[in-house]
Amino acid sequence: MNAIIALGAFLALALAGFLLPGWLVFLAVVGFAKGLVALGLILLMRGGLVSFGQGLFYCAGAYAAGLAMRYGAIGDAALLVASGAVVALVLALVIAPLLAGYRGIFFATLTLALSMIAYGILNKTYVLGGSDGINLRAPSFFGYQPPNSAMANYALFLFTSAIVAVIAALMRRHFDSMSGLLSLAMRDNEIRAEYLGASPRRVTVVNFLVAAGLGGAGGALAALALGHIDPEFAFWTTSGEFVFLAILAGHASIAAVFLASLLLELVRSFSSQYFPNSWQMALGIFLLLVILFLPQGLGSLLRRRRKPRELPIASRAEAPP
Amino acid sequence: MTAVLETRSLHKSFGAVVAARDVSIEARRGERLGLIGNNGAGKTTFVNIVSGYIKPDRGEVLLDGADITGLSPRLVSRQGVSRSFQIPQLFATLTPEENLLIALGLARPGGLSSWRAARAQALLDELEPLLSRFGLAPYRHHVIAALPGGVRKLLDIAMAMTGRPKLLLLDEPTSGVAAAEKFPLMDVIMAALEDTAVAVLFIEHDMEIVGRYAERVLAFYDGRVIADGAPAAVLRNADVQRYVTGVNG
Repeated sequence: MNAIIALGAFLALALAGFLLPGWLVFLAVVGFAKGLVALGLILLMRGGLVSFGQGLFYCAGAYAAGLAMRYGAIGDAALLVASGAVVALVLALVIAPLLAGYRGIFFATLTLALSMIAYGILNKTYVLGGSDGINLRAPSFFGYQPPNSAMANYALFLFTSAIVAVIAALMRRHFDSMSGLLSLAMRDNEIRAEYLGASPRRVTVVNFLVAAGLGGAGGALAALALGHIDPEFAFWTTSGEFVFLAILAGHASIAAVFLASLLLELVRSFSSQYFPNSWQMALGIFLLLVILFLPQGLGSLLRRRRKPRELPIASRAEAPP
Repeated sequence: MTAVLETRSLHKSFGAVVAARDVSIEARRGERLGLIGNNGAGKTTFVNIVSGYIKPDRGEVLLDGADITGLSPRLVSRQGVSRSFQIPQLFATLTPEENLLIALGLARPGGLSSWRAARAQALLDELEPLLSRFGLAPYRHHVIAALPGGVRKLLDIAMAMTGRPKLLLLDEPTSGVAAAEKFPLMDVIMAALEDTAVAVLFIEHDMEIVGRYAERVLAFYDGRVIADGAPAAVLRNADVQRYVTGVNG
Protein backbone atom coordinates (compact mmCIF):
# COMPACT_ATOMS: atom_id res chain seq x y z
CA MET A 1 0.00 0.00 0.00
CA ASN A 2 2.82 2.37 0.90
CA ALA A 3 4.49 1.64 -2.44
CA ILE A 4 1.29 2.42 -4.36
CA ILE A 5 0.80 5.70 -2.49
CA ALA A 6 4.45 6.58 -3.11
CA LEU A 7 4.14 5.80 -6.82
CA GLY A 8 0.96 7.88 -7.04
CA ALA A 9 2.66 10.76 -5.23
CA PHE A 10 5.64 10.57 -7.57
CA LEU A 11 3.43 10.65 -10.69
CA ALA A 12 1.46 13.59 -9.28
CA LEU A 13 4.68 15.44 -8.51
CA ALA A 14 6.08 14.68 -11.97
CA LEU A 15 2.98 16.17 -13.57
CA ALA A 16 2.96 19.17 -11.22
CA GLY A 17 6.65 19.83 -11.88
CA PHE A 18 5.94 19.87 -15.60
CA LEU A 19 3.20 22.46 -15.17
CA LEU A 20 4.64 24.67 -12.43
CA PRO A 21 7.03 27.58 -13.06
CA GLY A 22 10.75 26.86 -12.86
CA TRP A 23 11.36 28.94 -9.72
CA LEU A 24 8.78 26.92 -7.82
CA VAL A 25 10.24 23.64 -9.08
CA PHE A 26 13.65 24.80 -7.88
CA LEU A 27 12.25 25.69 -4.46
CA ALA A 28 10.59 22.29 -4.31
CA VAL A 29 13.92 20.52 -4.93
CA VAL A 30 15.61 22.51 -2.18
CA GLY A 31 12.61 21.96 0.09
CA PHE A 32 12.54 18.21 -0.53
CA ALA A 33 16.28 17.95 0.03
CA LYS A 34 15.93 19.69 3.38
CA GLY A 35 12.84 17.60 4.07
CA LEU A 36 14.99 14.46 3.88
CA VAL A 37 17.29 15.88 6.56
CA ALA A 38 14.30 16.85 8.71
CA LEU A 39 12.82 13.37 8.26
CA GLY A 40 16.00 11.93 9.75
CA LEU A 41 15.73 14.39 12.60
CA ILE A 42 12.12 13.35 13.17
CA LEU A 43 13.27 9.74 13.34
CA LEU A 44 15.62 10.75 16.15
CA MET A 45 12.95 12.83 17.85
CA ARG A 46 10.54 9.89 17.86
CA GLY A 47 13.15 8.12 19.97
CA GLY A 48 13.40 11.08 22.34
CA LEU A 49 16.56 12.66 20.92
CA VAL A 50 17.00 16.08 19.36
CA SER A 51 20.08 16.80 17.30
CA PHE A 52 21.14 20.44 17.09
CA GLY A 53 23.89 19.44 14.68
CA GLN A 54 22.21 17.67 11.81
CA GLY A 55 23.89 20.23 9.56
CA LEU A 56 27.04 18.13 10.01
CA PHE A 57 25.61 15.31 7.87
CA TYR A 58 23.91 17.70 5.49
CA CYS A 59 27.28 19.35 4.96
CA ALA A 60 29.16 16.04 4.73
CA GLY A 61 26.77 14.83 2.01
CA ALA A 62 27.04 18.09 0.10
CA TYR A 63 30.84 18.15 0.23
CA ALA A 64 31.04 14.46 -0.67
CA ALA A 65 28.99 15.16 -3.80
CA GLY A 66 30.95 18.31 -4.58
CA LEU A 67 34.36 16.68 -4.15
CA ALA A 68 33.29 13.57 -6.05
CA MET A 69 32.29 15.83 -8.93
CA ARG A 70 35.40 18.02 -8.76
CA TYR A 71 38.09 15.44 -8.04
CA GLY A 72 36.41 12.13 -8.86
CA ALA A 73 35.02 13.20 -12.23
CA ILE A 74 31.67 11.77 -11.20
CA GLY A 75 28.84 13.64 -12.83
CA ASP A 76 25.85 11.37 -12.40
CA ALA A 77 23.29 12.53 -9.85
CA ALA A 78 22.58 9.02 -8.55
CA LEU A 79 26.23 8.35 -7.81
CA LEU A 80 26.69 11.79 -6.28
CA VAL A 81 23.71 11.42 -3.97
CA ALA A 82 24.79 7.89 -3.06
CA SER A 83 28.27 9.14 -2.23
CA GLY A 84 26.76 11.88 -0.06
CA ALA A 85 24.67 9.37 1.87
CA VAL A 86 27.56 6.91 2.26
CA VAL A 87 30.04 9.52 3.47
CA ALA A 88 27.52 10.84 6.03
CA LEU A 89 26.82 7.29 7.13
CA VAL A 90 30.52 6.52 7.61
CA LEU A 91 30.95 9.74 9.55
CA ALA A 92 27.98 8.77 11.75
CA LEU A 93 29.48 5.31 12.29
CA VAL A 94 32.58 6.95 13.68
CA ILE A 95 30.78 9.29 16.09
CA ALA A 96 27.80 7.08 17.02
CA PRO A 97 29.68 5.22 19.80
CA LEU A 98 30.48 8.59 21.39
CA LEU A 99 26.91 9.88 21.20
CA ALA A 100 24.92 6.72 21.93
CA GLY A 101 25.37 7.03 25.68
CA TYR A 102 24.01 10.56 25.88
CA ARG A 103 20.46 11.81 26.07
CA GLY A 104 18.59 15.11 26.24
CA ILE A 105 20.52 18.35 26.16
CA PHE A 106 23.87 16.51 26.31
CA PHE A 107 23.17 14.68 23.06
CA ALA A 108 21.88 17.87 21.44
CA THR A 109 24.88 19.90 22.52
CA LEU A 110 27.40 17.29 21.44
CA THR A 111 25.90 17.12 17.97
CA LEU A 112 25.97 20.91 17.80
CA ALA A 113 29.63 20.94 18.89
CA LEU A 114 30.60 18.39 16.24
CA SER A 115 28.86 20.33 13.49
CA MET A 116 30.59 23.54 14.55
CA ILE A 117 33.97 21.79 14.56
CA ALA A 118 33.26 20.72 10.96
CA TYR A 119 32.28 24.31 10.13
CA GLY A 120 35.55 25.60 11.57
CA ILE A 121 37.67 23.03 9.76
CA LEU A 122 35.97 23.66 6.41
CA ASN A 123 36.40 27.42 6.78
CA LYS A 124 40.14 27.01 7.11
CA THR A 125 40.71 24.18 4.64
CA TYR A 126 41.52 25.91 1.38
CA VAL A 127 41.77 22.71 -0.65
CA LEU A 128 38.06 22.32 0.10
CA GLY A 129 37.32 25.85 -0.98
CA GLY A 130 37.66 27.50 2.45
CA SER A 131 34.93 29.96 3.34
CA ASP A 132 34.14 30.49 -0.37
CA GLY A 133 33.15 26.87 -0.88
CA ILE A 134 32.96 24.96 -4.14
CA ASN A 135 30.84 25.39 -7.26
CA LEU A 136 29.19 22.38 -8.86
CA ARG A 137 28.18 21.93 -12.47
CA ALA A 138 24.82 20.49 -13.51
CA PRO A 139 24.75 16.69 -13.06
CA SER A 140 23.68 14.05 -15.54
CA PHE A 141 20.89 11.59 -14.81
CA PHE A 142 21.74 7.94 -15.57
CA GLY A 143 23.76 9.12 -18.59
CA TYR A 144 21.26 11.76 -19.72
CA GLN A 145 22.64 15.30 -19.75
CA PRO A 146 19.80 17.84 -19.94
CA PRO A 147 20.34 20.26 -22.83
CA ASN A 148 19.36 23.45 -20.96
CA SER A 149 18.87 24.79 -17.46
CA ALA A 150 15.07 24.42 -17.54
CA MET A 151 15.35 20.75 -18.42
CA ALA A 152 18.12 20.30 -15.84
CA ASN A 153 15.88 21.87 -13.23
CA TYR A 154 12.98 19.55 -14.11
CA ALA A 155 15.20 16.48 -14.33
CA LEU A 156 16.62 17.18 -10.88
CA PHE A 157 13.08 17.68 -9.59
CA LEU A 158 12.02 14.30 -11.00
CA PHE A 159 15.09 12.63 -9.59
CA THR A 160 14.56 14.24 -6.15
CA SER A 161 10.85 13.37 -6.17
CA ALA A 162 11.66 9.73 -6.94
CA ILE A 163 14.10 9.59 -4.02
CA VAL A 164 11.62 11.30 -1.72
CA ALA A 165 8.84 8.87 -2.74
CA VAL A 166 11.00 5.81 -2.09
CA ILE A 167 12.35 7.14 1.22
CA ALA A 168 8.88 8.21 2.35
CA ALA A 169 7.46 4.72 1.65
CA LEU A 170 10.33 3.04 3.50
CA MET A 171 10.08 5.39 6.45
CA ARG A 172 6.31 4.94 6.67
CA ARG A 173 6.89 1.22 6.82
CA HIS A 174 9.50 1.70 9.52
CA PHE A 175 7.32 4.05 11.60
CA ASP A 176 4.49 1.50 11.51
CA SER A 177 6.80 -1.39 12.38
CA MET A 178 7.66 -2.85 15.75
CA SER A 179 10.98 -1.05 15.53
CA GLY A 180 9.24 2.27 14.89
CA LEU A 181 6.81 1.74 17.76
CA LEU A 182 9.70 0.84 20.04
CA SER A 183 11.36 4.18 19.26
CA LEU A 184 8.25 5.95 20.53
CA ALA A 185 8.25 3.73 23.61
CA MET A 186 11.89 4.50 24.33
CA ARG A 187 11.11 8.18 24.34
CA ASP A 188 8.75 7.45 27.25
CA ASN A 189 10.71 4.90 29.22
CA GLU A 190 14.05 3.44 28.17
CA ILE A 191 14.43 1.45 31.37
CA ARG A 192 11.20 -0.45 30.80
CA ALA A 193 12.20 -1.12 27.20
CA GLU A 194 15.44 -2.65 28.44
CA TYR A 195 13.60 -4.80 30.98
CA LEU A 196 11.50 -6.12 28.12
CA GLY A 197 14.65 -7.22 26.32
CA ALA A 198 15.23 -4.25 24.00
CA SER A 199 18.56 -2.53 23.55
CA PRO A 200 17.96 1.24 23.72
CA ARG A 201 21.57 1.79 22.64
CA ARG A 202 21.06 -0.26 19.49
CA VAL A 203 17.83 1.56 18.62
CA THR A 204 19.54 4.91 19.18
CA VAL A 205 22.51 3.99 17.00
CA VAL A 206 20.35 2.66 14.17
CA ASN A 207 18.15 5.77 14.23
CA PHE A 208 21.24 7.97 14.29
CA LEU A 209 22.78 6.18 11.30
CA VAL A 210 19.59 6.35 9.26
CA ALA A 211 19.18 10.04 10.13
CA ALA A 212 22.78 10.67 9.06
CA GLY A 213 22.28 8.84 5.76
CA LEU A 214 19.17 10.89 5.05
CA GLY A 215 21.07 14.05 6.02
CA GLY A 216 23.86 13.17 3.60
CA ALA A 217 21.47 12.43 0.75
CA GLY A 218 19.61 15.69 1.45
CA GLY A 219 22.87 17.63 1.49
CA ALA A 220 23.98 16.15 -1.83
CA LEU A 221 20.62 16.95 -3.44
CA ALA A 222 20.71 20.51 -2.10
CA ALA A 223 24.25 20.91 -3.43
CA LEU A 224 23.14 19.75 -6.89
CA ALA A 225 20.18 22.14 -6.83
CA LEU A 226 22.10 25.16 -5.58
CA GLY A 227 25.25 24.45 -7.61
CA HIS A 228 27.36 25.69 -4.74
CA ILE A 229 28.42 24.46 -1.32
CA ASP A 230 30.17 26.26 1.50
CA PRO A 231 30.81 25.76 5.22
CA GLU A 232 27.46 27.39 6.07
CA PHE A 233 25.95 23.97 5.39
CA ALA A 234 27.38 22.92 8.78
CA PHE A 235 26.68 26.18 10.61
CA TRP A 236 24.41 26.05 13.63
CA THR A 237 21.70 28.14 11.99
CA THR A 238 21.38 25.49 9.27
CA SER A 239 20.98 22.79 11.92
CA GLY A 240 18.48 25.04 13.70
CA GLU A 241 16.49 25.27 10.51
CA PHE A 242 16.11 21.48 10.46
CA VAL A 243 14.87 21.51 14.05
CA PHE A 244 12.49 24.31 13.07
CA LEU A 245 11.28 22.20 10.17
CA ALA A 246 10.82 19.08 12.28
CA ILE A 247 8.70 21.02 14.79
CA LEU A 248 6.72 22.58 11.99
CA ALA A 249 5.97 19.18 10.43
CA GLY A 250 5.47 17.10 13.60
CA HIS A 251 5.97 13.36 13.49
CA ALA A 252 2.46 12.22 12.64
CA SER A 253 2.80 12.30 8.87
CA ILE A 254 5.72 11.85 6.51
CA ALA A 255 4.07 13.80 3.71
CA ALA A 256 3.80 16.71 6.13
CA VAL A 257 7.59 16.86 6.43
CA PHE A 258 8.00 17.57 2.74
CA LEU A 259 4.97 19.87 2.59
CA ALA A 260 6.30 21.79 5.60
CA SER A 261 9.72 22.02 4.02
CA LEU A 262 8.26 23.37 0.78
CA LEU A 263 6.07 25.78 2.73
CA LEU A 264 9.06 26.99 4.70
CA GLU A 265 11.04 27.61 1.52
CA LEU A 266 8.11 29.58 0.12
CA VAL A 267 7.73 31.64 3.29
CA ARG A 268 11.47 32.29 3.35
CA SER A 269 11.55 33.19 -0.33
CA PHE A 270 8.63 35.61 -0.18
CA SER A 271 9.69 37.03 3.18
CA SER A 272 13.21 37.74 1.95
CA GLN A 273 11.79 39.36 -1.15
CA TYR A 274 9.25 41.58 0.59
CA PHE A 275 10.95 42.05 4.01
CA PRO A 276 14.62 41.64 3.15
CA ASN A 277 15.79 42.96 6.53
CA SER A 278 13.32 41.18 8.73
CA TRP A 279 12.48 37.92 7.01
CA GLN A 280 13.78 35.91 9.99
CA MET A 281 11.12 37.63 12.08
CA ALA A 282 8.46 36.44 9.64
CA LEU A 283 9.77 32.89 9.99
CA GLY A 284 9.71 33.22 13.78
CA ILE A 285 6.12 34.43 13.79
CA PHE A 286 5.19 31.60 11.46
CA LEU A 287 6.71 29.02 13.82
CA LEU A 288 5.07 30.64 16.83
CA LEU A 289 1.66 30.39 15.19
CA VAL A 290 2.23 26.74 14.35
CA ILE A 291 3.26 25.93 17.94
CA LEU A 292 0.24 27.80 19.31
CA PHE A 293 -2.39 26.42 16.99
CA LEU A 294 -0.90 23.13 15.79
CA PRO A 295 1.28 21.86 18.63
CA GLN A 296 1.56 18.46 16.93
CA GLY A 297 2.74 20.15 13.73
CA LEU A 298 1.22 20.32 10.28
CA GLY A 299 1.14 16.53 10.20
CA SER A 300 -1.68 16.52 12.74
CA LEU A 301 -3.91 17.99 10.01
CA LEU A 302 -3.11 15.12 7.64
CA ARG A 303 -3.12 12.17 10.03
CA ARG A 304 -6.42 10.41 10.51
CA ARG A 305 -7.87 10.70 13.98
CA ARG A 306 -7.72 7.49 16.00
CA LYS A 307 -10.38 6.05 18.25
CA PRO A 308 -11.18 8.19 21.27
CA ARG A 309 -8.61 7.66 23.97
CA GLU A 310 -10.49 9.17 26.90
CA LEU A 311 -11.95 6.91 29.53
CA PRO A 312 -15.70 7.05 29.99
CA ILE A 313 -16.30 9.24 33.03
CA ALA A 314 -17.94 6.39 34.96
CA SER A 315 -14.96 4.09 34.67
CA ARG A 316 -12.35 6.58 35.81
CA ALA A 317 -13.03 5.90 39.47
CA GLU A 318 -13.72 2.21 39.00
CA ALA A 319 -11.84 -0.46 40.83
CA PRO A 320 -9.76 -2.75 38.65
CA PRO A 321 -11.78 -5.56 37.15
CA MET B 1 9.29 -28.95 42.32
CA THR B 2 12.76 -28.01 41.04
CA ALA B 3 14.51 -24.72 41.86
CA VAL B 4 14.14 -22.20 39.07
CA LEU B 5 15.98 -19.50 41.02
CA GLU B 6 18.86 -20.01 43.36
CA THR B 7 20.91 -17.26 44.94
CA ARG B 8 24.15 -18.04 46.73
CA SER B 9 25.60 -15.72 49.37
CA LEU B 10 24.58 -12.47 47.67
CA HIS B 11 26.20 -9.44 49.17
CA LYS B 12 25.75 -5.81 48.24
CA SER B 13 26.68 -2.64 50.04
CA PHE B 14 26.25 1.01 49.16
CA GLY B 15 29.05 2.74 51.04
CA ALA B 16 28.52 1.99 54.71
CA VAL B 17 25.00 0.66 54.14
CA VAL B 18 24.82 -3.08 53.62
CA ALA B 19 21.72 -3.85 51.57
CA ALA B 20 22.25 -7.60 51.10
CA ARG B 21 24.16 -9.88 53.48
CA ASP B 22 24.75 -13.45 52.47
CA VAL B 23 21.33 -13.88 50.89
CA SER B 24 20.89 -17.49 49.79
CA ILE B 25 17.43 -18.59 48.75
CA GLU B 26 15.70 -20.94 46.34
CA ALA B 27 12.43 -20.49 44.48
CA ARG B 28 10.76 -23.45 42.86
CA ARG B 29 8.86 -23.65 39.59
CA GLY B 30 5.29 -22.44 39.98
CA GLU B 31 5.87 -21.28 43.56
CA ARG B 32 4.32 -18.05 44.94
CA LEU B 33 6.80 -16.41 47.29
CA GLY B 34 6.05 -13.34 49.39
CA LEU B 35 8.96 -11.08 50.33
CA ILE B 36 8.33 -9.04 53.45
CA GLY B 37 10.40 -6.62 55.47
CA ASN B 38 10.34 -3.01 56.56
CA ASN B 39 11.70 -0.19 54.44
CA GLY B 40 15.43 -0.57 53.86
CA ALA B 41 15.40 -4.28 54.73
CA GLY B 42 16.85 -5.23 51.35
CA LYS B 43 13.85 -6.62 49.46
CA THR B 44 14.07 -4.29 46.50
CA THR B 45 17.86 -4.60 46.39
CA PHE B 46 17.41 -8.37 46.19
CA VAL B 47 14.91 -8.01 43.32
CA ASN B 48 17.20 -5.50 41.60
CA ILE B 49 20.14 -7.90 41.83
CA VAL B 50 18.15 -10.83 40.46
CA SER B 51 16.75 -8.71 37.60
CA GLY B 52 20.20 -7.36 36.67
CA TYR B 53 19.66 -3.74 37.63
CA ILE B 54 22.31 -3.97 40.37
CA LYS B 55 25.45 -6.09 40.31
CA PRO B 56 26.19 -7.83 43.60
CA ASP B 57 29.58 -7.30 45.28
CA ARG B 58 29.79 -11.06 45.58
CA GLY B 59 27.58 -14.11 45.35
CA GLU B 60 25.77 -15.81 42.49
CA VAL B 61 22.34 -15.79 40.89
CA LEU B 62 21.42 -19.01 39.12
CA LEU B 63 18.40 -19.40 36.88
CA ASP B 64 17.60 -23.01 36.08
CA GLY B 65 21.18 -23.73 37.07
CA ALA B 66 22.71 -21.15 34.67
CA ASP B 67 24.72 -18.32 36.17
CA ILE B 68 23.10 -14.97 35.33
CA THR B 69 25.02 -12.91 37.90
CA GLY B 70 25.85 -9.43 36.71
CA LEU B 71 24.08 -9.70 33.34
CA SER B 72 22.29 -6.57 32.16
CA PRO B 73 18.50 -6.32 32.66
CA ARG B 74 18.11 -6.92 28.93
CA LEU B 75 20.05 -10.18 29.00
CA VAL B 76 18.46 -11.29 32.27
CA SER B 77 15.08 -10.67 30.66
CA ARG B 78 16.09 -12.77 27.67
CA GLN B 79 17.04 -15.60 30.04
CA GLY B 80 13.49 -15.68 31.42
CA VAL B 81 13.29 -13.22 34.31
CA SER B 82 10.60 -10.53 34.14
CA ARG B 83 9.57 -7.93 36.62
CA SER B 84 6.97 -5.34 37.39
CA PHE B 85 7.60 -2.19 39.35
CA GLN B 86 6.32 -0.50 42.49
CA ILE B 87 5.43 2.48 40.31
CA PRO B 88 4.23 0.92 37.03
CA GLN B 89 6.79 1.53 34.31
CA LEU B 90 4.71 2.03 31.20
CA PHE B 91 5.10 3.80 27.89
CA ALA B 92 2.95 6.69 28.96
CA THR B 93 2.18 8.33 25.61
CA LEU B 94 1.07 5.03 24.05
CA THR B 95 -2.13 3.11 24.66
CA PRO B 96 -2.29 -0.08 26.75
CA GLU B 97 -2.69 -1.99 23.49
CA GLU B 98 0.49 -0.46 22.08
CA ASN B 99 2.33 -1.12 25.35
CA LEU B 100 1.42 -4.79 25.12
CA LEU B 101 2.21 -5.03 21.40
CA ILE B 102 5.72 -3.77 22.08
CA ALA B 103 6.17 -6.26 24.89
CA LEU B 104 4.82 -9.07 22.70
CA GLY B 105 6.99 -8.03 19.76
CA LEU B 106 10.13 -7.94 21.86
CA ALA B 107 9.37 -11.37 23.28
CA ARG B 108 9.68 -12.88 19.80
CA PRO B 109 12.86 -13.49 17.80
CA GLY B 110 13.61 -10.60 15.46
CA GLY B 111 11.31 -8.35 17.48
CA LEU B 112 13.07 -5.21 16.36
CA SER B 113 12.57 -5.68 12.63
CA SER B 114 11.53 -2.68 10.59
CA TRP B 115 9.75 -5.09 8.28
CA ARG B 116 7.45 -6.57 10.89
CA ALA B 117 4.33 -4.47 11.25
CA ALA B 118 3.60 -3.52 14.84
CA ARG B 119 0.04 -4.70 14.27
CA ALA B 120 0.91 -7.96 12.56
CA GLN B 121 -1.89 -10.51 12.80
CA ALA B 122 0.26 -12.97 14.76
CA LEU B 123 0.83 -10.35 17.45
CA LEU B 124 -2.83 -9.32 17.51
CA ASP B 125 -3.77 -12.99 17.97
CA GLU B 126 -1.60 -13.12 21.08
CA LEU B 127 -2.80 -9.75 22.28
CA GLU B 128 -6.48 -10.63 22.65
CA PRO B 129 -6.11 -13.45 25.21
CA LEU B 130 -3.63 -11.37 27.15
CA LEU B 131 -6.03 -8.43 27.33
CA SER B 132 -8.85 -10.61 28.57
CA ARG B 133 -6.71 -12.59 31.05
CA PHE B 134 -5.71 -9.38 32.79
CA GLY B 135 -9.07 -7.64 32.36
CA LEU B 136 -7.55 -4.93 30.21
CA ALA B 137 -9.77 -5.18 27.14
CA PRO B 138 -12.04 -2.24 28.10
CA TYR B 139 -9.01 0.03 28.45
CA ARG B 140 -7.06 -0.97 25.35
CA HIS B 141 -7.27 2.39 23.56
CA HIS B 142 -7.26 4.69 26.55
CA VAL B 143 -4.76 7.23 27.78
CA ILE B 144 -2.33 5.70 30.28
CA ALA B 145 -2.41 8.77 32.55
CA ALA B 146 -6.18 8.48 32.92
CA LEU B 147 -6.18 4.80 33.88
CA PRO B 148 -7.00 3.81 37.46
CA GLY B 149 -3.95 2.77 39.49
CA GLY B 150 -4.99 -0.86 39.62
CA VAL B 151 -5.32 -1.07 35.85
CA ARG B 152 -1.84 0.39 35.44
CA LYS B 153 -0.52 -2.26 37.81
CA LEU B 154 -2.22 -4.98 35.79
CA LEU B 155 -0.83 -3.62 32.55
CA ASP B 156 2.66 -3.50 34.06
CA ILE B 157 2.38 -7.16 35.07
CA ALA B 158 0.77 -8.22 31.79
CA MET B 159 3.73 -6.69 29.94
CA ALA B 160 6.12 -8.61 32.16
CA MET B 161 4.29 -11.85 31.33
CA THR B 162 4.52 -11.54 27.54
CA GLY B 163 7.91 -13.26 27.37
CA ARG B 164 6.54 -16.34 29.16
CA PRO B 165 9.12 -15.93 31.91
CA LYS B 166 10.37 -18.63 34.24
CA LEU B 167 10.54 -16.14 37.08
CA LEU B 168 8.31 -13.12 37.69
CA LEU B 169 9.34 -10.48 40.21
CA LEU B 170 6.52 -8.22 41.41
CA ASP B 171 7.59 -5.15 43.36
CA GLU B 172 4.67 -4.23 45.64
CA PRO B 173 1.83 -5.11 43.27
CA THR B 174 -0.80 -3.52 45.52
CA SER B 175 1.02 -0.35 46.56
CA GLY B 176 -0.81 2.81 45.65
CA VAL B 177 -4.06 0.90 45.17
CA ALA B 178 -7.11 1.70 47.31
CA ALA B 179 -7.57 -0.73 50.22
CA ALA B 180 -10.84 -2.08 48.83
CA GLU B 181 -9.21 -2.82 45.49
CA LYS B 182 -6.21 -4.77 46.74
CA PHE B 183 -7.84 -8.18 46.98
CA PRO B 184 -9.70 -7.92 43.66
CA LEU B 185 -6.42 -6.84 42.05
CA MET B 186 -4.48 -9.76 43.51
CA ASP B 187 -7.30 -12.12 42.49
CA VAL B 188 -6.94 -10.99 38.87
CA ILE B 189 -3.16 -11.32 38.98
CA MET B 190 -3.18 -14.77 40.55
CA ALA B 191 -5.94 -16.00 38.22
CA ALA B 192 -3.95 -14.74 35.21
CA LEU B 193 -0.88 -16.64 36.42
CA GLU B 194 -2.78 -19.74 37.46
CA ASP B 195 -2.11 -21.98 34.48
CA THR B 196 1.52 -20.99 34.14
CA ALA B 197 4.57 -22.60 35.68
CA VAL B 198 6.13 -19.23 36.42
CA ALA B 199 7.67 -18.78 39.86
CA VAL B 200 6.41 -15.54 41.37
CA LEU B 201 8.28 -13.49 43.97
CA PHE B 202 6.26 -10.57 45.20
CA ILE B 203 7.28 -7.87 47.62
CA GLU B 204 4.40 -6.90 49.86
CA HIS B 205 3.81 -4.85 52.99
CA ASP B 206 0.21 -5.91 53.56
CA MET B 207 0.35 -9.06 55.69
CA GLU B 208 -3.23 -9.98 54.81
CA ILE B 209 -2.23 -10.12 51.16
CA VAL B 210 0.86 -12.14 52.02
CA GLY B 211 -1.16 -14.55 54.17
CA ARG B 212 -3.73 -15.11 51.46
CA TYR B 213 -1.63 -15.31 48.29
CA ALA B 214 1.87 -16.50 49.24
CA GLU B 215 2.70 -20.18 49.55
CA ARG B 216 5.99 -19.34 51.19
CA VAL B 217 7.35 -16.18 52.78
CA LEU B 218 10.85 -14.76 53.05
CA ALA B 219 11.29 -12.12 55.73
CA PHE B 220 14.10 -9.61 55.26
CA TYR B 221 15.72 -7.49 57.91
CA ASP B 222 18.92 -5.46 57.64
CA GLY B 223 19.85 -7.08 54.32
CA ARG B 224 19.43 -10.65 55.65
CA VAL B 225 16.74 -13.27 55.36
CA ILE B 226 15.63 -13.79 58.95
CA ALA B 227 12.80 -16.24 58.28
CA ASP B 228 11.79 -18.54 55.44
CA GLY B 229 8.77 -20.81 55.45
CA ALA B 230 5.01 -21.11 55.30
CA PRO B 231 3.20 -17.77 55.79
CA ALA B 232 1.61 -18.66 59.11
CA ALA B 233 4.87 -19.90 60.58
CA VAL B 234 6.88 -16.90 59.35
CA LEU B 235 4.33 -14.40 60.60
CA ARG B 236 4.44 -16.11 64.03
CA ASN B 237 8.24 -16.00 64.11
CA ALA B 238 9.43 -13.84 67.04
CA ASP B 239 12.09 -12.02 64.99
CA VAL B 240 9.59 -11.29 62.24
CA GLN B 241 7.09 -9.96 64.75
CA ARG B 242 9.78 -7.84 66.34
CA TYR B 243 11.51 -6.44 63.24
CA VAL B 244 8.97 -6.68 60.43
CA THR B 245 5.34 -6.81 61.43
CA GLY B 246 5.84 -4.97 64.72
CA VAL B 247 3.22 -7.10 66.43
CA ASN B 248 5.24 -7.30 69.64
CA GLY B 249 6.77 -4.01 69.64
